[in-house]
Amino acid sequence: MLIEVKGVNKTYNNGQPLHVLKGIDLSVDKGEFVSIMGASGSGKSTLLNILGILDNYDSGEYRIDGQLIWNLSEKKAAEYRNKLIGFVFQSFNLISFKTAVENVELPLFYQGVSRRRRREMAMAFLDRLGLANWASHYPNEMSGGQKQRVAIARALITNPKIILADEPTGALDSKTSEEVMQLLADLNRKDGVTVIVVTHESGVANCTDRIIHIKDGLIGRIEDNHEHRASRFGADTIMK
Amino acid sequence: MRDLFVEIYESIRRNKLRTCLTGFAVAWGIFMLIVLLGAGNGVLNAFTVGSSTLSTNTMSVSGGVTTKPYAGFQQGRMITLDESDIDLTAGDYFSSYVDDVTATVSTSVTVNRGDKYSSCTIQGVFPERAEMEKIQVLHGRFINPNDMAEVRKVAVLPETLAERLVDDPADIPALVGTYIKVEDLVFKVVGVTDADMMTNSNSVYAPFPTVRGIWLPGEDISNLTFSFHGLETEEDNEEFEAGYQAAINLNHQAAPDDESAVWISNRVTQNMQMEKGRNILTTALWIVGLFTLLSGVVGVSNIMLITVKERTHEFGIRKAIGASPWSLTKLIIAESVSITAFFGYIGMVLGMFTCELLDKTLGQTSSTVLGTQVSIFVNPTVGLDVALEATLLLIIAGTIAGLFPARRAAKVRPIEALRAE
Repeated sequence: MLIEVKGVNKTYNNGQPLHVLKGIDLSVDKGEFVSIMGASGSGKSTLLNILGILDNYDSGEYRIDGQLIWNLSEKKAAEYRNKLIGFVFQSFNLISFKTAVENVELPLFYQGVSRRRRREMAMAFLDRLGLANWASHYPNEMSGGQKQRVAIARALITNPKIILADEPTGALDSKTSEEVMQLLADLNRKDGVTVIVVTHESGVANCTDRIIHIKDGLIGRIEDNHEHRASRFGADTIMK
Repeated sequence: MRDLFVEIYESIRRNKLRTCLTGFAVAWGIFMLIVLLGAGNGVLNAFTVGSSTLSTNTMSVSGGVTTKPYAGFQQGRMITLDESDIDLTAGDYFSSYVDDVTATVSTSVTVNRGDKYSSCTIQGVFPERAEMEKIQVLHGRFINPNDMAEVRKVAVLPETLAERLVDDPADIPALVGTYIKVEDLVFKVVGVTDADMMTNSNSVYAPFPTVRGIWLPGEDISNLTFSFHGLETEEDNEEFEAGYQAAINLNHQAAPDDESAVWISNRVTQNMQMEKGRNILTTALWIVGLFTLLSGVVGVSNIMLITVKERTHEFGIRKAIGASPWSLTKLIIAESVSITAFFGYIGMVLGMFTCELLDKTLGQTSSTVLGTQVSIFVNPTVGLDVALEATLLLIIAGTIAGLFPARRAAKVRPIEALRAE
């Protein structure tokens, strides 16, 4: 198993203690395309933060590729995030004063890759996502779909084990959303990238092969969705 | 390294105005530091030149007045040095420290040359005097051993006095070889020396036996100067002085510990004390300058805190994609050092320029105080050492200014940072 989560608990202690995750068990295999679905407040973002080593958990066990993720120093956590995980965010989270290609090469900068090498690699990834002509544009000169594709290129460039996408279509219109989901699906199918998408849109979840429902901090139903018929709004589109 | 500078440049470019305003405070701080130190040096140099503190190891001894009754004598007795003191000083007892001993006899005379005249002091001196007091001979020569042996009537004039005996200062070199009258006697001018404003500006030098024979028969001498070696510390000097004082005092039946029976002035300890005073003043100026700079550093620190606050979201993104805390710390400290060093250097260059300007204006003027020419500023500039120290200081100051904001940047948790806008 690539990802193994066993009995993970998380409580926020801001004034009133809030028990967000109440013993999550979850496993994702290499090459899977999974979505985690839940209403707001269900704990899905917290789970994603823990999976992304952006947050720590109170008890339980979380392993990536057999490696226990527990009580890491900031430095070690940063290193794991850099090497193991590629993030795609709802709000893109591109650095506004850097061009597309500079944004894409940033993870390689933190790996200590040489200037020339990382520029070459970043250009190659942008080219793959059809953005070669936009390499020297700044994020505010691009459309939402383009920005998200830059963000995906940035997530892919370190060749991570997992792509974690937090509401990747949340800020996009339905047509662009479809394109982005199609892109993630292609990456999964053609390149065997493991993708975990967190969403509250059933249309988005329907694009994935397995849907994990989370409710009140517990894993509910796990749907096998290889047929892509989970959404009652049809298999072909994402409703907005 | 290049990437780091690109990042810093991008950051500063986005905040030009506030960076410049903050930088101004730093530039001002270092400017003040340099100008203060330069002006301080100017004053100290002027002081040094004026009092002609020389590095030669000499002590000067002259007679005083007793303050203690001793050996049946009451206090308040005048002590005059005589030639037995020369023998005592040059004798075996002090021979491990004392090198050359010279004595001076002096009296007031009037010198004239044609219709020009001046009253002054004539000093009967030994040839070694020039070496001991570092008297610079400008034209001709100083008193030499032949003058002594033949008791010649020759005179060496300081430049200030020579000026009064000629129509035009340009004629001073031509004075050598001519004759002047000292009282009613004709003396040949053999040399002209520089004048150091305080000790010799109004004295004519002549051979010791000449002055002794003409004006001051007997044994008395007005002072005694000797060179010495082997006294390294202030304590050594004090010990030697105490022993020497006792010996001279006893030679004149004065209490051995009576410090005013004869006056001993030690150039070495004077220099040491002067050096101490110089260090204290320089330290004081550094402290004032540093405090001025401190306000600039606080400004930089403040602006870096704002920068960190503004860039919290960006730092969150960087952390999420793998930036280590140290890489962010480094970024902020490097930016802080860059701002401090860049503007600090501008301030330093302007400060040095101002010092040069002071040198060219105030440094060239002198005012007349109590009849002598006194320069207030002499070479009011700072050296390369200060420039290097200031550079080091700027780097340290920049690091300190960046440290606190950098720690903040490093400590921010990525999820919180990502949520921040």
